[in-house]
Amino acid sequence: MLELLLQPFTIDFMQQALLTAVLLSVASAVLSCFLVLRGWALMGDAISHAVLPGIVLAYAAGIPVVIGAFIAGMLCTLATGFMTENSRLKEDTVMGVVFSGMFALGVVLFSFFTIDVHLHEILFGDILGLTWRDVWQTAAVALLCTTLVWIKRKDLIILSFDPQHGRAIGLSVKTLHYGLLILLSIVIVAALEVVGIVLVIGLLIAPGAIGYMMSDSFDTMLMYAIASAVGASITGILLSFSLDSAPAPTIVLMLMIMFVLVFLFAPVHGLIRTKRRARLSKAGVESSIQ
Amino acid sequence: MDDSTNQNGPPGIQAYNVTVTYRNGHTAVRDASFSIPNATICALVGVNGSGKSTLFKAIMGFVPLATGSVEILGKPAGRALKRNTVAYVPQNEDVDWDFPVLVEDVVMMGRFGHMGFLHRPSKKDHQHVESALKRVDMLEYRDRQIGQLSGGQKKRVFLARALAQESQIILLDEPFGGVDVKTEESIIALMRSMRDEGRVMLVSTHNLGSVPQFCDHVVLINRTVLADGPAEEVFTRENLEHAFGGVLRFHVLGGQDLHDDDDAREVTVITDDERPFVLYGENDPAKQSVKQNSSKQSGNRKDNPSGSPDQ
Repeated sequence: MLELLLQPFTIDFMQQALLTAVLLSVASAVLSCFLVLRGWALMGDAISHAVLPGIVLAYAAGIPVVIGAFIAGMLCTLATGFMTENSRLKEDTVMGVVFSGMFALGVVLFSFFTIDVHLHEILFGDILGLTWRDVWQTAAVALLCTTLVWIKRKDLIILSFDPQHGRAIGLSVKTLHYGLLILLSIVIVAALEVVGIVLVIGLLIAPGAIGYMMSDSFDTMLMYAIASAVGASITGILLSFSLDSAPAPTIVLMLMIMFVLVFLFAPVHGLIRTKRRARLSKAGVESSIQ
Repeated sequence: MDDSTNQNGPPGIQAYNVTVTYRNGHTAVRDASFSIPNATICALVGVNGSGKSTLFKAIMGFVPLATGSVEILGKPAGRALKRNTVAYVPQNEDVDWDFPVLVEDVVMMGRFGHMGFLHRPSKKDHQHVESALKRVDMLEYRDRQIGQLSGGQKKRVFLARALAQESQIILLDEPFGGVDVKTEESIIALMRSMRDEGRVMLVSTHNLGSVPQFCDHVVLINRTVLADGPAEEVFTRENLEHAFGGVLRFHVLGGQDLHDDDDAREVTVITDDERPFVLYGENDPAKQSVKQNSSKQSGNRKDNPSGSPDQ
């Protein structure tokens, strides 16, 4: 029994997968807190899809993939902003059109170039096919993003909570906004190998959502987000090994299960507690009337 | 003592010919000039869409000025902002009350401009937060999440943040929205004590009833500054009619509505968007004659009998 449980840890590709997934989930969990607090869930989804043409072109041109992905991601947000300001449409409508269009463009472009990656790997990740070089690369990116967000977290909290105050005390709101977008693109690219374009949004939203449900202060929210993302990565990969399922969807599924549990049973903001509070206060009102 | 607290120093806020044109070509404020002396509570009064919030943004440098300039304590506004001179108290509606921050976190945000690159609070920062919370009587709520507070408590937290920021100039956006009269009075008392320390408070409001109660100075605005100066000079019927135009309602209760004798005096009630409930008479409620307003411009809004019961 114990042997069966420990077996995955002795295999090279499983070690690589676990290490990469854990490092990446820390970075995406830290970022996810701000996506949730800023209401950027759709934005995260949009950028993660819109990077595809940038990735394809970067592969074809032989430049670092991150640069292509970042340019495409920026193009998506800027185009969305421009079209929203210059039409009667709402932002989410425009965003839906832009990101699906860019994603489609990426898929079409893909057939024009001979690239030695499979589209399937970009879309759904290829966490079991990593090399140690990939692992160290991801580790460096994840560490960089996590550190940057951590040391600037107080500025980012003000940016999300009260940008007016941020400007009044001389914070550069614009730099922070675009800095966060840049980090988001970087993490999305780093996450491609692990979960792929389609499911990266799961890693970028669910941990923050879980933290938000569990806590009333930012630092504990962050801890819950990291814990849930790391926990889901480890259990997801191990489970996929024994179930012989694809690891990326298994990780995201674990996050989803955690989210549902938290939604129901969270100590203060969970559904059951909220309902009970509502019932108690109603009963209190009724008894005070009688 | 800092020269900024000197009442004879440069005026708190001075705007010269400020024009703000948004990117879509809409000019929200044109050629606005006014001057607010130090140690003043000043009301910025105008209807919705008259440019109150644009003027706030112009003072804080959030919008580029097409013409003109703003000076704060005699210095260009941009430089004043970098030195933490200006604090902003947002409207309750503009704040995400579900945000995972505690009361003391919000007040600590006022100290950020005084901290270094990493924004590590020092002992002094903690002391400022504590004394600010104590002063607004919110110390016992310091580790509550902000959404768990009442409307007035929420306001006091943001006032504490302005105190912790040690700002000379405090801009308050509709501070009496969603606040009961008792809380309003305690906020006014707090603002008075802050004024007596030499600070300038610029309060945007469309609540005419409370203006004479708390203000020394009034700026009337409708796309431009119509009048500015000491409250008793500016806050007149003619000026208000000018500022509010058709939106303003006048309820004039003539002598014959009020009493049976020949007294010809009238009671004039001026409101902008709420119908006042006016009681007139002796203190015994049974003897009071209740006069629902005989409005000259009766709108078709829902009746809202909640105005000021002062008369």
